[in-house]
Amino acid sequence: MVAPREAYGEMLVELGKENPDIVVLDGDLSVSTKTDKFAKAFPERFFNMGIAEANIMTVAAGLARSGKVPFASTFAVFATGRAYDQIRQSIAYTGLNVKIVATHAGLTVGPDGASHQALEDVALMRVLPGMVVVVPADVQETRAAIRAAVRYQGPVYIRLGREAVPDVLRDGDGFEIGKSRVLWPAVTREAVVAAPKADPPRFDVSFIACGVMVKACLDAAVVLEAQGMKCVVADFASVKPLDEELLLAMARSSKAMVTAEEHSIVGGLGGAVCEVVAGEHPVPVYRVGVRDRFGESGPAEALLEAYGLTAKDVAAAAREVLKRTDR
Amino acid sequence: MIPDSPIDASDLVARVKEKARVLRYHVIEMVGRAGSGHPGGSLSSADIIAVLYFGDVLRVDPSNPAWPDRDRFVLSKGHAAPVLYAALAERGFFPERTLLTLRQLGSILQGHPDAKKTPGVEASTGSLGQGLSFAVGMALAGKLDKKDYRVWALLGDGECEEGQVWEAAMAASHYKLDNLTAIVDHNRVQNDGPLDRVMSPEPLADKFRAFGWDVMAVDGHSVPDLHRVFKAPGQPGRPRAVIAETVKGKGVQFMEGLAAWHGKAPKGEELDRALRELTLKMKSGEGPGW
Repeated sequence: MVAPREAYGEMLVELGKENPDIVVLDGDLSVSTKTDKFAKAFPERFFNMGIAEANIMTVAAGLARSGKVPFASTFAVFATGRAYDQIRQSIAYTGLNVKIVATHAGLTVGPDGASHQALEDVALMRVLPGMVVVVPADVQETRAAIRAAVRYQGPVYIRLGREAVPDVLRDGDGFEIGKSRVLWPAVTREAVVAAPKADPPRFDVSFIACGVMVKACLDAAVVLEAQGMKCVVADFASVKPLDEELLLAMARSSKAMVTAEEHSIVGGLGGAVCEVVAGEHPVPVYRVGVRDRFGESGPAEALLEAYGLTAKDVAAAAREVLKRTDR
Repeated sequence: MIPDSPIDASDLVARVKEKARVLRYHVIEMVGRAGSGHPGGSLSSADIIAVLYFGDVLRVDPSNPAWPDRDRFVLSKGHAAPVLYAALAERGFFPERTLLTLRQLGSILQGHPDAKKTPGVEASTGSLGQGLSFAVGMALAGKLDKKDYRVWALLGDGECEEGQVWEAAMAASHYKLDNLTAIVDHNRVQNDGPLDRVMSPEPLADKFRAFGWDVMAVDGHSVPDLHRVFKAPGQPGRPRAVIAETVKGKGVQFMEGLAAWHGKAPKGEELDRALRELTLKMKSGEGPGW
């Protein structure tokens, strides 16, 4: 298993060879964010800005305004929280081509505790007009997302964790901004979108997940299917723009939905899904995530258990939300 | 683009002074028409802006605002947008009549600078403390690309209370950005009152010096002095800070030195009085800029 941030560092070097306009900024965390790989390969295009996150984001904006493709990296909690106004005013407002790749997001930062556990970063970035928000599930998808971010003209936020994660995607290169992928059962996104409305719905529960929770949903689906529940699982790495076409197709073809993310249930993927589903095709939605509280220190795995972010919790959520369809 | 031909110095000074008076008139007319805005800090910056845009300092091309080799000017004190807009219109980036649409729905002239809407505006500012960082980014890009363009940022002195200004100052010096100049409009008055009562950022010159900058002080209403300082060769490897001593509201007597006119538009009789005073100064060729 490899940590997605390792893949990020390697991709920067790979893309840096292809595109001389790529520059990288970091805030004294390059060893952790893995931008140090780029720093070694292209020292003249790497700017350590020290412990000054506000400056990092606005300097990145200025570099973008002069034609560079800046990647700005630090921990997610500092990138989005400490420098929120800079991202809003200097980057998003002008739609500048800055790629913010934040690492150490979510509970799985582990022992560093709540001060370092970004559980609201997706919410903060998602409300900014024009900001693309991507939460990759594994190393392959991280690589594809970084490449897609360079191809895309405009601001992008990519959220990575600290820990190594298992591979969950059959085809990591298939990532597209604004398009999500069906991972279970073995059908394509297009087939789900094109399927005619059935009564009763084809599936009992739709699972919409991002990041480390994609694996949890797949594991839950295996257990639930064995118990006779029909499941469909999609990886919604592109939290914004949201693949509303697939989302609504899933809402139409299932009795209920479960969202799952290593983030607050307020304002993240779950919130985004509810905003669309409530307006277009209401079905009961259960949001698996951190329930509007701060984290704490502990081993990553233990934290995921303590905060209800395991496959078991996802399966329980599916059973619970199905009960609501009977009301 | 103004050609780099030698220009008679007295002609240039006279021309810039005349422009400064015109900019001040535009500012009051625009803010008066809009019914809101920031006249005080626009008037204190008028001579600085006039020298930059009409004193053969900034290398810009109104017919090609995105010219890659242009000099970059960032109005970090974004609330002084009216005086920047006036200069851009006078330089031909957009028609002069557009000025009177300031702050109206659908206008390209937003209450604070919007780089997406206004030709010639380099950075979207208004949230204080960010412009110098933005300028640092552009200066770094200039160095990487081995371009000879210069980057300028105009800051308010009150703005220097923002911590990010000093993050940017540290980075500019660390990366030896001698293609960068920060100008501080040192009018000593902020929204709530005099700086030394609200929150003193002094000593500003010493602070920039301590951060590794080449620092120059200048009378911010003297066109010849500003011109000399802006044209002076810099120190290799060091960013430059120009502390420009100014008077808030300069050019409209009843506004001078008063915090009350930081963010308030003159109305009715006051507006008439201000415009009369500025009209007289334009006709007589007197007023700030000496």
